[in-house]
Amino acid sequence: MAMIEAVEISKIYSMGDISVNALERVSLTIEKGEFVAIMGPSGSGKSTFMNILGCLDKPTSGRYLLEDIDVSHLKRDELADIRKKKIGFVFQGFNLLPRTSAIENVELPMLYDGLSLKDRRQKAMVALKLVGLEGREHHHPNQLSGGQQQRVAIARALVNTAPVILADEPTGNLDTKTSVEIMEFLTKLNKESGITIILITHEHDIAAYSRRIIRFLDGRIISDEPRKRP
Amino acid sequence: MINIPSTFRISFRALRVNKMRSALTMLGIVIGVAAVIAMLSVGTGASTQISEQISSMGSNLIMVLPGATTAGGVRMGMGSQPTLTLGDAEAIQKESSAVADVAPVISEVAQVVYGNQNWSTGVVGTTPSMINVRDWHLSSGRPFTDQDVKNAIKVCLLGQTVVDNLFGDVNPVGQIIRIKKIPFTVAGVLAVKGQSPNGQDQDDTIFVPVTTAQKRLFGTTFPGMVRILMVKAKSTENLPAAEKQITELLKQRHHIGPKQEDDFTVRNLTQFMQAAEQSTRVMTLLLGSIASVSLIVGGIGIMNIMLVSVTERTREIGIRMAVGAKTWDIRLQFIIEALTLSLIGGAVGIAAGVSSSKAVAMLAGWPTIVSPFSILIAFGFSGLVGIFFGFYPAYKASLLNPIDALRYE
Ligand SMILES: Nc1ncnc2c1ncn2[C@@H]1O[C@H](COP(=O)(O)OP(=O)(O)OP(=O)(O)O)[C@@H](O)[C@H]1O
Ligand SMILES: [Mg+2]
Repeated sequence: MAMIEAVEISKIYSMGDISVNALERVSLTIEKGEFVAIMGPSGSGKSTFMNILGCLDKPTSGRYLLEDIDVSHLKRDELADIRKKKIGFVFQGFNLLPRTSAIENVELPMLYDGLSLKDRRQKAMVALKLVGLEGREHHHPNQLSGGQQQRVAIARALVNTAPVILADEPTGNLDTKTSVEIMEFLTKLNKESGITIILITHEHDIAAYSRRIIRFLDGRIISDEPRKRP
Repeated sequence: MINIPSTFRISFRALRVNKMRSALTMLGIVIGVAAVIAMLSVGTGASTQISEQISSMGSNLIMVLPGATTAGGVRMGMGSQPTLTLGDAEAIQKESSAVADVAPVISEVAQVVYGNQNWSTGVVGTTPSMINVRDWHLSSGRPFTDQDVKNAIKVCLLGQTVVDNLFGDVNPVGQIIRIKKIPFTVAGVLAVKGQSPNGQDQDDTIFVPVTTAQKRLFGTTFPGMVRILMVKAKSTENLPAAEKQITELLKQRHHIGPKQEDDFTVRNLTQFMQAAEQSTRVMTLLLGSIASVSLIVGGIGIMNIMLVSVTERTREIGIRMAVGAKTWDIRLQFIIEALTLSLIGGAVGIAAGVSSSKAVAMLAGWPTIVSPFSILIAFGFSGLVGIFFGFYPAYKASLLNPIDALRYE
């Protein structure tokens, strides 16, 4: 059973007269436990594709199966359930709730799962420890560095033990040292917990942590190959 | 589904972020609820006072006064020419089937003395029926009897105001007082009734047998005449019948032809007072409705702020949706936020309403009554306002597309 199966997915943005073909008949299969990097120039449709994989957006045409479930026909609330249980999304811009402590940000997915406050606290604490943010749980996002904020975002993606983590340029605006720390953590997660990881990046150093590299250009996949050993 | 206590916590936090804004939004509800409670308290106070006065007058009461009523309903020369007699009273008692009891009244203001205390009060000559007609009780002693009336005995019943002014701590029953220098034995004391609907102290009175009053006290120029007949109908349903019977009987007794004007007036006090009670009830309703308008205006204020809030927090909504919030999770969050605003506003409004109704009572001297019912109504209504006006913004927020909400600038 493939973890992710995209069949001829297209996405067209139309604004009045102009329409942009952000994705054109993209097909792709990703197995359970893979670590995939998506690369490509700016505007090539990487984020658009990732948002569809994350059930945040719907394709204009094509089918998307997540663990053999055809997601294209699901209703709003069913999609919300999939996002909650199956997908951990790490955004380029962190997307943490402002004026809300790190631990409460991490608790968020469990809040909508109906867990009690006590259980939420406990699990969120475990996730924060895992990303090395012990002692910072009561800091608000504006009291944390970029790397720390990204780690809070990763902890939030982890906390519901989703089988897939989607990360859109997770190290986009972090320094090399922090990027390395975060990539090593994701690698460990992939190896030890078997979590499927798909990440978008512009940097070859980052892509080097993956085991498969997919390249986009103008809304199409132009290459899909295992990472070459350096 | 999200759990409700957590949602309340989230709402509190969101409202704390914009303290000033939240406070101003609540102010609308505070004023609305306070106005509803204060207005209802004024109305309830007024109608309660009227009901109390009505029952203090005695139930199913009809008054027969001497003098005519013109076609326009204005009484002419009432009481100027005494036309009613004790015989009329006895005839009504005997012949009108709808009547329970009749009490004749003759009265005059007189000087009353006990020891070195003296007091000027209305002395009423009447029969034992008075006690029944006016639903009056005795707080001590005994009433005077038909025998006392027959023999024109010098006994009297004192109202509480008279007792207070003449006796102080002494038990008046059995004591001798002097009315117009004539000694009377105090047989009993009348229970407190308070003010009449036209503001008179009903307890400032002395009852004596009607015959004694005629023979010893007032030395009337028209012997056997009385000033007023007080009639008690058998029941409320019997009031119109009693009125008709009395009118017909008196026309006959006074030899008044079909074209002639009556020389007496029959007034149904209970109906009159019930109309007054009805109109205060309408007034209460009117005051309440006017006040509710301000509550609705407060609700619109909440809706306005919630709409602004939804727009400001579009990204937050996107984040919540991205991690799995469902339609109703988002809706509940904003509805509960609106509800929190309106309920806090409602609670403060109740406090403000209760204290302003106390202030009105103190400053204007109106009898205001804050009923638990009006508090319940106001609080419930403010909650409904919160849910009602919170729903549209919440609904709007819940329909956002996750990715559009996340991308919102
Ligand atoms: N909401 C939108 N409305 C209209 N056009 C859009 C929208 N989102 C994306 N596009 C267009 O779709 C194309 C692909 O955009 P996308 O964000 O997927 O690129 P990307 O590969 O992620 O680029 P980058 O590396 O800069 O993040 C772009 O040409 C963009 O202009
Ligand atoms: Mg992108």
